[in-house]
Amino acid sequence: MQYNWNWGVLLQEPYLGWLISGVGWTIAVASAAWVIAFTLGSIVGVARTLPNRWARGAATAYVELLRNVPLLVQLFIWYFVVPELLPDDWGRWVKRDLPLPEYTTAVIGLGFYTASRVAEQVRSGIESISRGQSMAGYASGLTTLQLYRYVLLPVAFRVIVPPLTSEFLTIFKNSSLALTIGVLELTAQSRQITEYTFQGFEAFTAATVMYVVITLTVTAGMSLVERRARIPGFIAKGG
Amino acid sequence: MAFDVGVIFDSLPFLAEGLALSFLLTLLAAAGGIVLAVILALMRLSGYTALALISAAYVNFFRSMPLILVIFWFFFLVPLLIGRPVGGFYSALIAFTLFEAAYYSEIIRAGIQSVSRGQVAAGYATGLTYGQTMRFIVLPQAFRNMTPVLLTQGIVLFQDTSLVFVVALRDFMTATTIVARNEGRLIEMYLFAAAVYFVICFSGSLYVRRLQGKFAR
Repeated sequence: MQYNWNWGVLLQEPYLGWLISGVGWTIAVASAAWVIAFTLGSIVGVARTLPNRWARGAATAYVELLRNVPLLVQLFIWYFVVPELLPDDWGRWVKRDLPLPEYTTAVIGLGFYTASRVAEQVRSGIESISRGQSMAGYASGLTTLQLYRYVLLPVAFRVIVPPLTSEFLTIFKNSSLALTIGVLELTAQSRQITEYTFQGFEAFTAATVMYVVITLTVTAGMSLVERRARIPGFIAKGG
Repeated sequence: MAFDVGVIFDSLPFLAEGLALSFLLTLLAAAGGIVLAVILALMRLSGYTALALISAAYVNFFRSMPLILVIFWFFFLVPLLIGRPVGGFYSALIAFTLFEAAYYSEIIRAGIQSVSRGQVAAGYATGLTYGQTMRFIVLPQAFRNMTPVLLTQGIVLFQDTSLVFVVALRDFMTATTIVARNEGRLIEMYLFAAAVYFVICFSGSLYVRRLQGKFAR
């Protein structure tokens, strides 16, 4: 194997700057998408457990549709197809005036996709609560809204912290797909450095290390949250 | 702008070739990944600290990396290690096999742990070796328990193969994009791709649900 090592390349400009901005974009895409994923995912997850058949049906359709189409296809549909299908005025606005079009599209695509996965966790969290709790809630005169607000959700959200942690890690990894529509996040930058310098080992190692650091940081942070959120006697142990 | 179905029909043979490559990549990577994953899971559960640590490090390492980065790694590494270009398919196959093994091994570890310890003890008591106990007693039961989860992971893997698009290997996704760009029919082609993936993956997951019902009895 012939290879000329040059780790110094990582510290040269502009490559160091590229890596740093790549990490920034990765975090920017993942965290903005997480806001959508968590909000929408909670709504859809709750809807899947509601007594109303229509709400349940719509939520189930959402989850099945988004889970059974690859994320890459979904991103392309958001980027290339949706602007064409919008009413003319909106489509024109999206194509001309949407700020940071690649970034915004990636955030929306990744957010809606991850929402379907978060929804499943929320649903299983709610379903893990014994039916007696809902019955007792209704029996004591709570409305459905109050039942969710005061009885089911406070427990469900604490139970699902560990699986949500792994969804949160997944969203960082999946944010790499944003490169397919032109967001220069971490993976894209490491590839670009490889193309400019032919130092693939160094560039990909740098990106790998950054992802591992992100994973370790998130895991450490979330284990604090998990410890605080754990309900005594409810789950064996936090992750 | 009119929706043109003709472009889909005209390109069906080309798309079918792409789909065949997606399936082939899925099957080979799943087979290779499961074999490697069984080894990793057995290492993890072997009771030897060194083996367990190596296996845990492997799994955690691959699980913290995005698949696209792994694909880039192996497209760069494999030709360098072998010393000559080997074609994208083999690089992709190696990348997917090693990557999926990390995910499969967690499933298989849980599957093995779901077999009651008494089974292992009974195996040893009747004079079977470790290998025989695993081969004839534990693994068959473990695989039966975890078939639905393994199949679900197979569906995820099938969706993930679309990522070979980033290295222009001609799977279904890449074929769709080639047609879409050549014909200037992005809307038709990407909606068609979504429909095809959906039908395949959704029927797959319905089948898994039926299996689960059967096994739960």
